[in-house]
Order: sequence, then structure tokens, then C-alpha cells
Amino acid sequence: MELLQSIADSFNYWIYIILMMIGLYALVAKNNLVKKLIGMSIFQTAIILFYVSIGYKDGATIPILYEHQAHHGHHDAGHGDAEDAHHDVEHAVEEAAKEIHAVAEDHADGHDAHADDHDTLVDSHDAHTSSAIHAEDFANPLVHVLMLTAIVVGVATLGVGLAITQKLYGEFGSIEESEIIEQIRTGK
Amino acid sequence: MTEQAPIFILLFPFLTAVIVALVGLRHKSLSWPLTLVSLGASVCASLSTLAQVVEHGPIRYKLGGWSPPFGIEFHIDGLSALVAVTVSVVALLTAIYSKDNVDAETPDKSSQYYSLFLLLVSGLLGIVITGDAFNLYVMLEVAALTSYALIAMGNKRASLAAFKYLIMGTIGASFYLLGVGYLYIKTGSLNMLDIREILETAGLFNSPTILVAFILITVGVWIKMAFFPLHSWLPNCYAFAPTTSSNIMAPLVTKVMIYVMVRMVLTVFGPNYAFEILDWENIVVWLAVIAILAGSIGALAQKDLRKMLTFLIIAEVGYMVGGLWLADETGITGTIFHIISDAFMTLCVFLFAGIVFAKTGARDIYALEGMFKKMPLTMVGFLVGAFSLIGIPPTAGFFSKWYLVQGGINSGNWEYVVALLISSLINAVLFFRLIEIAYFGKKPAEGHDHHHGDDHAKVSEASFTMLLPLLSTAAILIVIGLYNKELVSVIQDFLSQFNLATSIR
Amino acid sequence: MKILGIITVIITGFLLLQAERDFPDWGDAASPASDNRLSQHYITETINETRVSNMVTAVLADYRGYDTMFETVVIFTAGIAIIGILRVYGPSTKLEHPEPTLDTEKPDLIIETTCRLLIPIIQLFALYVIAHGHYSPGGGFQGGVIFGAAFILLALARDLQTAQKWVPENRVLNLAAIGIFIYAGHGVLSLIFGENFLDYSILTKVLPGDAIDARYHSMLGVEIGVAFTVTAIMFSIYSNLASNGKMEEGI
Repeated sequence: MELLQSIADSFNYWIYIILMMIGLYALVAKNNLVKKLIGMSIFQTAIILFYVSIGYKDGATIPILYEHQAHHGHHDAGHGDAEDAHHDVEHAVEEAAKEIHAVAEDHADGHDAHADDHDTLVDSHDAHTSSAIHAEDFANPLVHVLMLTAIVVGVATLGVGLAITQKLYGEFGSIEESEIIEQIRTGK
Repeated sequence: MTEQAPIFILLFPFLTAVIVALVGLRHKSLSWPLTLVSLGASVCASLSTLAQVVEHGPIRYKLGGWSPPFGIEFHIDGLSALVAVTVSVVALLTAIYSKDNVDAETPDKSSQYYSLFLLLVSGLLGIVITGDAFNLYVMLEVAALTSYALIAMGNKRASLAAFKYLIMGTIGASFYLLGVGYLYIKTGSLNMLDIREILETAGLFNSPTILVAFILITVGVWIKMAFFPLHSWLPNCYAFAPTTSSNIMAPLVTKVMIYVMVRMVLTVFGPNYAFEILDWENIVVWLAVIAILAGSIGALAQKDLRKMLTFLIIAEVGYMVGGLWLADETGITGTIFHIISDAFMTLCVFLFAGIVFAKTGARDIYALEGMFKKMPLTMVGFLVGAFSLIGIPPTAGFFSKWYLVQGGINSGNWEYVVALLISSLINAVLFFRLIEIAYFGKKPAEGHDHHHGDDHAKVSEASFTMLLPLLSTAAILIVIGLYNKELVSVIQDFLSQFNLATSIR
Repeated sequence: MKILGIITVIITGFLLLQAERDFPDWGDAASPASDNRLSQHYITETINETRVSNMVTAVLADYRGYDTMFETVVIFTAGIAIIGILRVYGPSTKLEHPEPTLDTEKPDLIIETTCRLLIPIIQLFALYVIAHGHYSPGGGFQGGVIFGAAFILLALARDLQTAQKWVPENRVLNLAAIGIFIYAGHGVLSLIFGENFLDYSILTKVLPGDAIDARYHSMLGVEIGVAFTVTAIMFSIYSNLASNGKMEEGI
């Protein structure tokens, strides 16, 4: 029961390990080159699942601000009016942003020393923009960015892998690794 | 202007790669000069960066103006600056050499070839100067994708080798990526220095996640550098790839991976964790001993000149992995020194093998017959490279091996010292056999027929663009040997921040 | 090989499971990765520092813009690599092992009409995804792939030659390179103005608005660059793989 509970608590992590092992097995043990590439895809996708699971928070939504949070109370501001909305709040935002940026930089250097400062600043900023942004309401955006990169890399590797496979097929007439090795051994 | 030097190291080859891909479609003859100019500029930028680092200490360059860890930064200390100079100089020399054989070996595709070549160099430089663990993965993949293609553009056997490399390389890079993910789940940061700080302040060193992250990253990098039991992809790749591809990859790719290992062990996890908490030095040093012996013995069994040299690379990787895990300051100095000297001596012998292949069309070692008379200058270059690989003073190889042996003695790893000496002895046997063939023209009794008898008579001195890089490399090897004190002082400046003297047993 | 595979899988799986027990629970908002100044900064400060409501876009194109530039380079590399590996120039040389020949009749009415209707809509949607990346899921990569898919659909429904009329090989490479130049150009421009590479805030000198607006607009610029490269290379990869590098018939 305890085991089941622990699996349920971190369900995604178990799934990613299983997927990854399926991919790894195909990568190492399969003889067919295309099957190896399929294994490679599964292997990389498992890592993507792992990263995205890190960023998930219970009850959080996608990391895109709601319109009222982004536009600070301009509920009627559609996307076409985005520019107007900017000009309206430009001063308020600019001031606040400058301060916060400065504090954030301090923060990066001096670590937790300024933590309290920072909180109060965020609060005061919230006060005159009316809609607060809480970190726990949104999923972690960083992992999504990282995985966009990993997806692109996966696509690129798969493409190059398929190209090499095609070239091998043109040269040897086979995509079975053992047959190609046999041809090299006997044909040379 | 000089404070922007770090970005120029990378920007020149990278932008030129794109330009070459475009311009090369119409004017193929422009590819080579553009490549040379951009790599020359990159060498200047990296030298200027090295000078700044030596003078003012480590450089932190904020990309996009965001302060780390929010943005990505370049973190360039003595180690990265030295390796960056090595990478750009080796790339420049190889590019000079490539003039004649790229058109010959990959007709119609020279613009794509040079574009990929420059992208490989920018990927490697990116790995070296970045200070962000995830950015390192992206650069790793830029370098990896280009090397798969550069190998696969060779003959039939190269394609299969490239496919194996692609599979192994992807496993290695994915392990690295997963390791970074494990670090991220525990520390919440991707900046190398920031990860280190959080690991220390949060006391995460006993966490199994960090242990697994360490194993994944180390094994991933070991696959990429062809450390002994994981080396099977390397020999065929470098032996059958187009000449220029193996000339650039044999010296650089494995060496840059060793840089990544050193960076991860020293900067991210810290010597305290890697050497004291884990206490695996003996196991890894024994693995390295096996790698050294296996590489050397494998080299003895080869008749193909380039394949013999690839096995030497495997032995050299063993030197450096072992040297790092000696956990001794002198040993680690030797490892970093050896990254630089090994890059140049591998380049030297591979350039020589390339010249022999271009001139005689033969791959086996008997093609060297009578070379001293036919191309004396080439042989001079080869002799310096060979002496350096054997470890004869005043070449660079002697001094780096000296520090490695000293480190082995200091830390009491006698098996490592013995393996290093045996391997040097085997190198001596190998190269004196080559020199004997080249000098006395000794043919085996059974009359080794290699169909190139006619060509041999016509073989003359190599062309200027081939000879210049070979002789420059030879000169660099001697210069590094003569100025080894200065180099070691830069390395020791870098190592002094880690308190290695106290953190070893 | 099977035994080797099973051994590798068991060892790796065991290792990964060991670490898994040490992980914070899935979805725990207090886990170190989420409850950290890095991720919190991205969530709470993005709107103030860049004015972009989609944090993923902001982190992608600005905070970690350097990563993204090289991500685009990875795509570009893959395109060049596949041309380098597969492309056969000059008159078609017969392969040792000929491909199975396909039925090359004129495509039927249904397919052709559907494509004629669909392709403009797909392209329009792709432009929307690219342009709207600041406010909704989307951006250069996603839009670029959709745009590339429109050309691939054309090549699939008719033949490669028809699609090549729209995007010939040289134009594909030009587009891909232009994309990277647009991206790197933002960086080089900020270098010229005296700031660090890719520091968009200095681009106020050429863009309207203040420093934050410059970041906002530059992000759109680099997304468009990314879209160019991705569109071009996706089609290039398809056409090389489908025609075995001969650029003649395709599937």
C-alpha cells in the first residue's frame, strides 16, 4: 500500500522512468536503425515529461497572465488596444519597474538580505495596480522554455538520424545493422 | 571594445557560418577565405580575453543585460580562456589545411561543409565559455549535430560510424540533460556558480538526487569523450571521416568534453563533493588505468595509420580522466595542461596522417615508406608531434605528462603512474616503428601489396597550405614546452580558488 | 545485444528510481524548483520588465534569448546537415537500390480542392500564432512549424515540383539565413549601441517607446526571425528526406 501511495504521489516521475527505459532498451538492443531512432524519440520525450512535471503546481494555471493582470484593470482593453493601455499605465509601471529592477539586481547580488524589502515593494506596486500576481498561481515558466529547446533539439537529431539512415539504405540496401556490418565484413 | 571580447570569440565563426552557407551557393571559392578570416578574428578575440583574465581575474559577461541567474552569462576564468584559445587556434590551423581536400573529398558541397565546420567550432567555443548548465547542453547539441554530419559526409563506412555516434552521442547528451534536470529539481537554478552556492548553503550534498545527477552527468560526458568501456563509437568515426573532419574533431571534441568534466567536477559540484564525500577516486583511477592500457594495446594492433591514432586518443582520454580523479593539485594541473598539449599533438599527427593520405592515397602505415627523402619538412613536423606523444622534452607532451606523473606519486596512485609509463613506452614503440618504415623503407617480408607503388615515385613535398599548419603546430608544441612555467601559473591561479591542497586526503 | 540492453536498462532504471524517492511530490508548490527566486521572479516581474503577458515567450526570447538563438542555430544546422548528407547535385544518378515506384497519376479532385481551401487558412493561422505569441501560447517555433506544414501539405498533395515553384531550394536557404540574421542582428545592433549582446533595452534608439517597449518589440522581431528559419528548414528537411536528396519527385 505504501508503495502504491508513493507511486500515486509522484505518478509522473514513475511514468517518465518507464518511458525512458523503453527508449533506452530500443536504443541499445534493437537491430533496425529506424527502430533505434524511434527509441531515441521515446527516450528524449521521456526527459521532456520529466522537466514539465517539475514545473507543475497543484491548482496553478498556464504561465500566461490574465488580461486584467496584464493590463492593470483595463478590462475593456482588447488586444488591438494594447498600445493604448500601455500609454495609460506607462508612468506607473515605469516607476515601479525601475525600482523593482534595481532591487532585483541587488537581490541577485546580496541574496536574501533584501528579501523583505522586495516583498514590500511588490505589495506597494500591487496596491496601485489592483491585481496581484502570485507565484503559486502559475506553473513554472522556465521548464517550458527549456523543453521548447529540447523539443527542437530532438527534432533536429531525429532529422539528421533519418538522413543518415536514408544514406545507409542507398549505399547498402538495408537498414538492419547486422546486415550492414556483414556486408562491410565480407564485401571489402 | 575589449570588454565585449568574450562574445566576439563566438560571434565571428557563428555569423560567418551562416554567411558561408548563403554566399557559398553562388561563389564557392569564397568559402575558404571567409572561414579563415572569421577564425582569425576569433583567435584574436580569445587571446584578448585570455589576456584580460590573466590580468584582472574571471570575467562575467551578462547576455541580454540580465544579471545571473535570471539571464545567461558567460563565465570565463583561466581554464575556459585557455581552452578557448586552444580551440580557436586548432580550428584556424585545420581550416588552413582544409583548402585542398574539402573540394576533393566533398565535391559540390564545400559551402555546406565549411558552414558545418564553423558551426562545430562555434558550438565548441560556446561550450567552453558559457556559465549556464542548460546553455551548455544546447551548445553540446550544436557541436554534436555538426559532427554527425561532418562524419557522415565521408565514405560508406563513415555513414555507419556516424549513425553509431549519433545514437551514443544522443544517449550521452540526454544523460547530461537529465542530470541538469536533477540539479534543477533540487536547487531551482541553472547557473553553474549559483547551483554550487545553493548546494552548499542548502546542504544538499547528502541527497541521493544530487548523487544521481552527478553520476548521470559524469557518465553522459564519459560517453561523449569515449572513455574506455564507452569508446566503441570513436575509432571508426575518426578513421573514416573526411580528412578535415577528423583533423578538427580528433583534437577538439574529446578535449572539450574533458573540459566539461573538469568544469562540472570542480565548479558545479566542487572538489569537496566529488573527491571527499563520494570517495570514488580509486575506482575511477583504476578505470582510467584500464582505459590507458586498452587504448595503447588497441593502437599496437592497428595497421591503418589513422585508426592507430584514434586508439591513442582513447588512451589520452584515460590520462586525463585519471589525472582529474587523482584529486591532487599537481595531477589536476597536469590534466588541464594535457587538455591543451594533447589538442595540439593530436592535431599534429592527424595533420600528418591527412597529408600522407592526400599524397599517397593509402591508409596503412607502410605508405610511409621512404618519406624522409620525399617530404623532409613534413617528417620534421611529424617527429615533433610523435616526440610529444611519447613525452620527450622539450615538447609540450613531456611537461604535461610530468605533472600527471607527479600527481600520481603525490596521491600514491602507483598503478596510474605505471600505466602512464607503459603507455608512453608503447607510444615510443609505435612511433619508432613508423619512423623506421619512413627512414629505411622497410617492407614486410610477405610483400605487402598496396597498389600504390606507382604513385610513390611521384610523391613530393606537401603543398604550402598543408605544410604551414603542420609546422606551426610543431612550433606551438615546442613553444608550449619552453613556456610551460607561464602556462602552469595560469592554471594554478585558476585552481587556487578550490583549496585543493586541503580538500584532498 | 539484448542482454546488454536489459542490463543497461535495469542499472539505469534502478538508479533513477533511487533518486525518485528523494524528489518533492509531484505538483508541490513548495518544491525547490518552484519556490525559488528564479521562477518567482519570472512569474511576478515579467510583466513589469518586459510588458509581455506570456511569461514563456518573455523568458524564451529575452531572459534566455541567447539559448533561443542557438536553438534556432540547431534547426539551421540540422537543415544544412541534411543537405550535406543527402543532397545529390547534378543530373540524377541512379541509386544502387531503386526506390519502389509510386503511382504518379494526377491527384484526385477531393484532395486538390481540400488543399486549395486549407492551405491559406493554415498559413493565416501560422501568422496569427507567430504574431500573438506575446499574449497566448505560440511564438516563432510553433508558428514556423505550422507555416512549414502548409508547404509540406502542398508537396504531399500535388508533388514536390509544385511546392518547389513557391519555395525553390536557394530561396529556402536564403530564408533560413535571413531568420538567423534577424535574430543575431538584434544582438549585433545592441553591441553597436554599446550594450551587451542581445540587450534589447538599448534598442530604444531605433524603436519607438521606452526601454521596456524596446524589449517588447524586439521580442516580436526575434520571434519573426525564428519563424523564418523554422519554416524554411522544416520544408527543406521534408523535401530532402522525401526525394532522397534529388529534389525531383518526392513521395
